[in-house]
Amino acid sequence: MNALELRNVSKRFGSILANSHVDLTVKKGEILAILGENGSGKTTLMNMISGIYHPDEGEIFVNGEPAVISSPRDAFGYKIGMIHQHFKLVDVFTATENIVLGINDGRRYNLKEATKRVGEIAEKYGFEIDPRKKVYAMSVSEKQTVEIVKVLYRGADILILDEPTAVLTPQETQKLFAVLRRMRDDGKSIIIITHKLHEVLSLSDRVSVLRRGEYIGTVCTAETDEAALTEMMVGKKILLNIERTTPHDTADRLMVRGLKLFDQDGRAVLDDIAFTAKSGEILGIAGIAGSGQRELLEAIAGLQHLSEGEIIYHNPKTDKEENLRDKTPTQIRELGVRLSFVPEDRLGMGLVGNMDIVDNMMLRSYKKGRSVFVDRQPPKELAEHIIESLEVVTPGVTTPVRRLSGGNVQKVLVGREIAAAPTVLMAAYPVRGLDINSSYIIYNLLNQQKENGVAVIFVGEDLDVLTELCDRIMVINSGRVTGIVDGRTATKEQLGLLMTKTEGGAAHEKA
Amino acid sequence: MGGWINFIQRAILQGTPLLFGSTGEILTEKSGNLNLGIPGIMYIGAISGVIGGFFYQSGTEYVNDFLAVLIPLLCCLFGSLLVSLLYCFLTVTLKANQNVTGLAITTFGVGFGNFFGGSLIKVVKSDVPYLALVDIAGAYKKTLPFAADMGDVGKLFFSYGFLVYLAVILAIAVSIFLKRTRAGLHLRAVGENPATADAAGINVTRYKYVATCIGGMIAGLGGLFYVMDYSNGIWSNNGFGDRGWLAIAIVIFATWKPIMAIFGSYLFGALYILFNYINVPMQVLPLIQMLPYVVTILVLIVVSIRKRRENQPPASLGLSYFREER
Repeated sequence: MNALELRNVSKRFGSILANSHVDLTVKKGEILAILGENGSGKTTLMNMISGIYHPDEGEIFVNGEPAVISSPRDAFGYKIGMIHQHFKLVDVFTATENIVLGINDGRRYNLKEATKRVGEIAEKYGFEIDPRKKVYAMSVSEKQTVEIVKVLYRGADILILDEPTAVLTPQETQKLFAVLRRMRDDGKSIIIITHKLHEVLSLSDRVSVLRRGEYIGTVCTAETDEAALTEMMVGKKILLNIERTTPHDTADRLMVRGLKLFDQDGRAVLDDIAFTAKSGEILGIAGIAGSGQRELLEAIAGLQHLSEGEIIYHNPKTDKEENLRDKTPTQIRELGVRLSFVPEDRLGMGLVGNMDIVDNMMLRSYKKGRSVFVDRQPPKELAEHIIESLEVVTPGVTTPVRRLSGGNVQKVLVGREIAAAPTVLMAAYPVRGLDINSSYIIYNLLNQQKENGVAVIFVGEDLDVLTELCDRIMVINSGRVTGIVDGRTATKEQLGLLMTKTEGGAAHEKA
Repeated sequence: MGGWINFIQRAILQGTPLLFGSTGEILTEKSGNLNLGIPGIMYIGAISGVIGGFFYQSGTEYVNDFLAVLIPLLCCLFGSLLVSLLYCFLTVTLKANQNVTGLAITTFGVGFGNFFGGSLIKVVKSDVPYLALVDIAGAYKKTLPFAADMGDVGKLFFSYGFLVYLAVILAIAVSIFLKRTRAGLHLRAVGENPATADAAGINVTRYKYVATCIGGMIAGLGGLFYVMDYSNGIWSNNGFGDRGWLAIAIVIFATWKPIMAIFGSYLFGALYILFNYINVPMQVLPLIQMLPYVVTILVLIVVSIRKRRENQPPASLGLSYFREER
């Protein structure tokens, strides 16, 4: 008996096809893992099951009956509950208050009784939870427990967990898995989204793989292995024909050694990172989203407080070595280390949405000159130059940046950082959301910088691009370097394995 | 002794409009709406009551005490409700900036009150710049019959019109509502984290509307009390003064707890009239009148230093809620 069945489900956002003709079945009392790279449509698919999105096409069946799920409330009606990656909890409420929030079962509002029921659920499945603890005082793992109990309290039989282990330590992960296995044995169906292969292999009964929104297939976990799954996940090589010149006159520019960084909860975000970026070369950084890419770049730019390690910068002008760790972000910038960071929220860092292109150029030059008044002429010329050379589509230099499309915003940002003639250029996801044409403009820009002897660090997500653009590729996984490979010989399967493998779970052990 | 009792009595009378205002504002802010229109809404509540009372008093020969209370009361609630609805429509439905909307409503409310107050004064061809509704005020100020016989105890506890007790009852009721009911839990969730509330199936818009409108009506009663009871039915333009802002200060002072607002209101009421009871030179009088605001700032400092999460404003106070969509 299938607890849940999707037939031919598709969903598009504008011109992007997030899910295309996906078929999926979940049996009663099994754990199904959904495996896929970033942007493969896993979360979109699950959001359709939990009522956040509505499928454009296809049908959903719950216990064999066709189901229309148009809101999270409807999903609860079908006994489907989703645990999101970003917890939806009220900080000043206790665990119990959060768990009963929104429930209107017609019975008298009684927190004591609810607390008792929470205790019963916790005992049944082996959760550790203090129902009276306020959420703001909880660790990430405790908050996740509250989310899971919340769903169980509402009587869910089908649980969807969106990358539940991304925020957990290995010990917490083991506890979670034990709980999930107990729930499966109790007859519940569990869907777990993940891209950690070893977790898939140790936990799930079956695995469904998605790639670029398409359903690739489902296999029984017992009959597969890492290599087979990786191949399903990354697919065959696609030729992009990005130009790549052989590096010449390379020299060590940036030497990173033993970098360590902890987050608020004391988890290691970067763990013993060591690499060398050379001038005249593009160093690619590959990894699952959230493996520490952002923190690494920010650390080099002086925006993070490092616990350990050093970042040695070889200054080509003075031929001296300097440790960037002791410098302020402004000093680092002046040395020529440029961060053209393109986070998920493009306007969040680097550009001010309500200011026009000229003003945004000035964000990097307003400190120059001695006059009280700023000189608007050079930034204006720079803005015009960028618009022309990068083919930015804009009504003019005085248009507020937020009114430009995402791709054009990115070109403005990358263009400005390159204009500063950097010695080290860091770009994170500079082509995310760009069309093919704009992407190639950015690739050419990076190649030009490489020709000019700049050490380029390129954080990317598309393995095809990484293997065609980069001279060397460093793979990081949970804040650790799992390998540095030659971009010319690296295969997608090799990178995929490095991105997902964890050596015995020790990689993100608490220090 | 007599002086003390008189002082406390005056402080309670002075504190009652503040208590209505702050209770209403606490209920409103718990929904995440920072309604700075409260001073204006209190003005509108007052003038609406005055208009209703005026027409009733001038249209009848014999003033029935029950109707004399009921008609202005209903007019006051209706007037406050209309402005609160306007505030909700602008901030919740159209998602306009709450601060700007609130300040606009306050400016509008004060002007509205003064305009109609001034018109009524013109209508009765009064030669003094105020309007007196003595009969109506008499009905509002009715006390329990045995209060006069009970000496100091009677004076301290039973010598007030019913609105004084209603203010305390409402504050306690709101406190119980917020702490002990399901709807109260949902309302707090809306003010803390509307996205979470929305995901839990709570109708965020409805909770914001209802809380803000009921809060506005409670605050409006403060204006009504001021005219009908405290001022003996006499409306004079700008008579209500800055009490609306004091009510908002009390919300902070009370750290969003209605029970604390009861003490805060009476304390502020006492500080407000303190200068009448102590001998100070005229020159330092403004310093004494400043005390309520100084106390508010001190409370803010202490609360900010202690950083207890329970004493912080609702986390999404002042923010419009946009449902996240792709």
